[in-house]
Amino acid sequence: MATETQHYYVPNPSPYPFILSSGLLLLTSGFVFKMNNFAPGVWMMFLGFLCVLYVLFGWFGKVIGESESGQYREWEDKSFRIAMIVFISSEVAFFAAFFGALFFVRNIGIPELAHFDPSLTPYKGFTAIWPSAGPGGMVLGKLYEVAKFEPMKPLGLPAINTMILLTSGLTVTWAHWGLVKDNRRQLILGLFMTVVLGISFLLCQAYEYHHAYTEMGLTLGTGAYGATFFMLTGFHGFHVLLGTIMLTVILLRSINGHFKPNHHFAFEGVAWYWHFVDVVWLLLFVLVYWL
Amino acid sequence: MVGKRLRIAVMSLAMGLWSVMAWANYSWNFPTPATPIATDTLHVHNKFMIIAMIIFFVVLGIMIFSIFNHRKDKGFKAATFTGPSTAKQVIWTLAPFALLLYIDFILMGIPAYHSVVMMEDTKNGADMVLKVTGMQWRWQYEYMDGYAKGIKFVSNLATPQDQIDNKAPKGEHYLLEVDEPVILPVNKKVRVILTSNDVIHTWWVPQFGVARDAIPGFLRETWVKIEQPGTYRGQCKELCGKGHGFMPVVVNAVSEDEFKKWADAKRAELATASAGADKTWSKEDLISHGKEVYEKNCAVCHQLDGKGVPPAFPPLAGSKVINGPIFDKDGKLIANSHLDRVLNGKNVMPAWKALLNDVDIASVVTYERNSFGNTMGDMLQPAQVKALR
Amino acid sequence: MSTATTTATHDHSHHDHHAPSGVMRWLTTTNHKDIGTMYLTFALVMFLVGGTMILGVRAELFKPGLQLMKPEFFNQLIGVHALVMIFAALMPAATGFANWMLPLQLGAPDMALPRLNNWGFWLLPPAAILLTAPFTLALFGIGDGAVATGWTLYAPLSVQGGIGVDFAIFSVHLLGISSVLGSINIIVTIFNMRAPGMTLFKMPLFAWGWLITAFLLIATIPVLAGAVTMLLTDRHFGTHFFDAAGGGDPILFQHLFWFFGHPEVYILLLPVWGFIPHILSAFSRKPVYGYKAQVYSFWAIGILSVVVWAHHFFTVGMPVPALLYFMYSTMSISLPLAVLFFCWIATMWKGSMSFETPMLFATGWIILFGIGGLTGLVLADVAADAQYHHSYFVVAHFHYTLFAGGIMGIMAGVYFWLPKMTGYMYSEKLGKLHFWMTAIAFNMTFIPQFFLGLAGMPRRIPDYALQFAEFNMISSIAAFILGLSQLILVYNIVSCVRGKGEKAKDNPWEGAQGLEWTLPSPPPYHSFTEQPVVK
Ligand code: HEM
Ligand SMILES: [Cu+2]
Ligand SMILES: [Cu+2]
Repeated sequence: MATETQHYYVPNPSPYPFILSSGLLLLTSGFVFKMNNFAPGVWMMFLGFLCVLYVLFGWFGKVIGESESGQYREWEDKSFRIAMIVFISSEVAFFAAFFGALFFVRNIGIPELAHFDPSLTPYKGFTAIWPSAGPGGMVLGKLYEVAKFEPMKPLGLPAINTMILLTSGLTVTWAHWGLVKDNRRQLILGLFMTVVLGISFLLCQAYEYHHAYTEMGLTLGTGAYGATFFMLTGFHGFHVLLGTIMLTVILLRSINGHFKPNHHFAFEGVAWYWHFVDVVWLLLFVLVYWL
Repeated sequence: MVGKRLRIAVMSLAMGLWSVMAWANYSWNFPTPATPIATDTLHVHNKFMIIAMIIFFVVLGIMIFSIFNHRKDKGFKAATFTGPSTAKQVIWTLAPFALLLYIDFILMGIPAYHSVVMMEDTKNGADMVLKVTGMQWRWQYEYMDGYAKGIKFVSNLATPQDQIDNKAPKGEHYLLEVDEPVILPVNKKVRVILTSNDVIHTWWVPQFGVARDAIPGFLRETWVKIEQPGTYRGQCKELCGKGHGFMPVVVNAVSEDEFKKWADAKRAELATASAGADKTWSKEDLISHGKEVYEKNCAVCHQLDGKGVPPAFPPLAGSKVINGPIFDKDGKLIANSHLDRVLNGKNVMPAWKALLNDVDIASVVTYERNSFGNTMGDMLQPAQVKALR
Repeated sequence: MSTATTTATHDHSHHDHHAPSGVMRWLTTTNHKDIGTMYLTFALVMFLVGGTMILGVRAELFKPGLQLMKPEFFNQLIGVHALVMIFAALMPAATGFANWMLPLQLGAPDMALPRLNNWGFWLLPPAAILLTAPFTLALFGIGDGAVATGWTLYAPLSVQGGIGVDFAIFSVHLLGISSVLGSINIIVTIFNMRAPGMTLFKMPLFAWGWLITAFLLIATIPVLAGAVTMLLTDRHFGTHFFDAAGGGDPILFQHLFWFFGHPEVYILLLPVWGFIPHILSAFSRKPVYGYKAQVYSFWAIGILSVVVWAHHFFTVGMPVPALLYFMYSTMSISLPLAVLFFCWIATMWKGSMSFETPMLFATGWIILFGIGGLTGLVLADVAADAQYHHSYFVVAHFHYTLFAGGIMGIMAGVYFWLPKMTGYMYSEKLGKLHFWMTAIAFNMTFIPQFFLGLAGMPRRIPDYALQFAEFNMISSIAAFILGLSQLILVYNIVSCVRGKGEKAKDNPWEGAQGLEWTLPSPPPYHSFTEQPVVK
């Protein structure tokens, strides 16, 4: 809470939020048009994306400027920290939805499909084994046939990816120690290693997806298994991508001499985010690949 | 001020009374129950409503007492308490909650428990199984065992479009009438299995006290044991698209004997209909029968005049699919041809081969090719459809 | 400033230098009062839009037969009406009050994250456009209109639906981002911006209500976002989350939806539960009764609300233990709710009451919301729910909670704070007229719907059997009276904003307590740049 002589930084009016919202309107409506095969969709998306990009650079640039010019002190810093924690909590809830879906189809939906009254069931011979792509049948007037596929195994690439992410959690912490000790070399080296590990993770995952699509017969359309597998790992991968970009920004800022041992919320926010991505991966590894 | 408030109150009371007097045909509660579940539900409902109303009026009474007495314009001086202070007050404060606990979990909770158990007891002592399939926007019934085993038919809304469009006076059972009600024997425990071909529907007959969802790809069940012969009417109650308000459920409950008689007659009727596939039909007969089939099944979406409701429901008048060939030169069914679409459906269009017999399909295809300004002039024989099954 | 102590002075002028004027002021503002005003204005406009839509529906239902519209269009109206009322009227209204009042009540210079605050608001108009644009696009032959699945978007109906569903999905995404941003801002403001001495248990209940609301939003909105994302991929990218053939399950959607949807009900109500006690206290000239009991009840309801979701779809068929669990857990919500009712009435009890418009709305609100709550209790009974579910009984029930419990509560807040926000008094006479018209017309609209439901009329149908004709006619007539009565509200607000009427004192209400009443009416553009100290 504020001590007596504090003043809270209330920023000047800013055009960024409005531009960002307009950009998102274009982006989303353009996407809808594109999915429904209306021509201007792509162009709207492109325009919207430009708006978003412009705002990302402008807004974050502004915030970085404000931070470096000393506008943010302890009081503001605390706001950012609470905000980041709450934001990450909302991300947890988002992943919970997909984990919930996985739990539901695996433990409730599919067993139910397999255990209908034998004299009435439309799915004779369908058994509840996971991974499952479902019993097949008609879906809103289209026939869905279950294709042969090979499920993902935990050993091999996923295990390597686990090691990569766990190590990156260590390197980013090591970088943080460097920052606190005002050892810039350790900070920059640690961050650099983290970024490299993040990129390697993404490359491995890209390879894994490619393998799944081309050799294992495993796609987004492979029933409940394909859907939960790709949506969970896909959204996680997307978060790793975001995290890597954020880490890169932090790395560049560190190289430019930003952050002080006692004032580096941006660094910590990104580090927290990275740890969150890490934890989600561990859950994925156990619940999606392994069990 | 008070005078005005009184005036408004009297006026609204008068309006309320007038509206009640003006029409005699209204109902304040569940319809007369026809099954054990419905009877139980009615009792539970009445009991809970009375409890709820007592709570409501007691609390309201306390509030009104306070509103009339603790007023500034009566010079009442405000107290300053913010919570119970003496032990006695604490006990008085807790008393209503103890009472509520009792109401929730004993007075209401125990009967509710028994109702749930009874409602879900679908299999024990069941005498027969009826399978109900919901689809946009009709119900299909199939008798799975017992005397009527194997009988299967579709039940469509029978109210003419003119009544719906206010072009003809509405009949007594407006929107609650079907071409083929499902027939059930009285005093038999019927296990009802529910499923759906497209989206979720809910099979509901208020007088039976049961409503259960028909979920595509899943089987759900409930049960009815109808105690009195009669006609019972209900509706789909899960939003299932544009025809949601137009897919009634009508059940005729009859004695065991009549049920058997009906089953015999129905079986004979179905046999004749499928035998029709083996004879050769004249074009006129096909068209006139096809018109009936069309109006019952297809007009909901494609409209009586075949103009459809684009883009969701394409017009048949001038349609490329209809005004094209059905078979290729080797006599094979062409993919995405008129007949292929009717047999196998696409997106919202159902696969009719599961719902209509060969004669119906051949007739409706012939009708469509020769109506709404379509002038293909050809016809399709039921036998050709049968050959594709 | 009339607070006892002020803090050391500071120079704050740097952010006043080039405040833009005209439209740009509103597009770019970072001021909590400006943003609050935009939220409230948006809410009022969308309330009228959503109301107009449903009057179309009520006109169609005036008598049996189809008179005005096709069933397809009818289905679009009901779903968009609900989405608009919930996401674009009720929630923004509550957020608007939070923006306006929380900094004033907590003694904060502004909301903690002003720019994000602005973004939170400016996501709403795009979301509203996405939701309603398909109506217009259909006129130009693009797509077949807005989302026609009801606001619940149940799969597979929504998988089958047209372009309107896609627009609704992204609308929900934008609304979700907006809610999450708003929640972050409110949580941070409450935890980090309180004036010295303002401990959590000295905060107004409004802040507590909003704090729990924000927690619920953070926990559940992302789940809804996940659910509609799965819907999107099922529609366009070949996944099988919601269809049995691929091993998915349509009921999964309902679980995810209502995991959000049930807490949503409390998200809509908690802010109102927050400020109503203060209104009751002000006009009873007596302190709030059972402050801590209310805070603990908020927590209890908040926590219970995330574990009862399946009571919204008992009819899908569930194992008996699940049915029983969801039934009893739902019933247990009645306990903390009863604590709240007890405290509200005890706050009035032995007060020195007067009935200005805010108090009229607040008392009427207790009674009508009580009806909503009690009918909710009977709805928890699984067996009877087979009858109530998806019938007009439910429609009546949730309008007692959402229209009476939500919107009429908000109206109490509007009349309570309007003098503070605009600096002018509304016409007490018109305010009272508004209340009586609303209360009477509301009951005449929805009481008949209880009986319709019991008699067996399903909801979401554009046409009905003859035995339902009388009650529907009454309901439709009353709905139009209800709708027209809201023009009085608009008039009252507009005349205050335009400075007609008496000037408002700093504290126009004899018994109102709280920091916001220590400031002038209207408060200066930047209030509490120096934090007051609360003793
Ligand atoms: C003028 C005031 C209002 C009237 C006359 C009114 C009337 C109606 C009616 C008749 C329906 C049922 C349509 C059907 O199921 O066939 C409906 C649905 C609904 N309304 Fe309202 N309403 C009003 C205000 C509100 C408000 C203020 C809210 C919430 C904040 C609200 C929330 C809903 C919801 C959630 C539905 C369910 C829609 C669905 O079935 O998906 N309504 N309304
Ligand atoms: Cu339906
Ligand atoms: Cu609920």
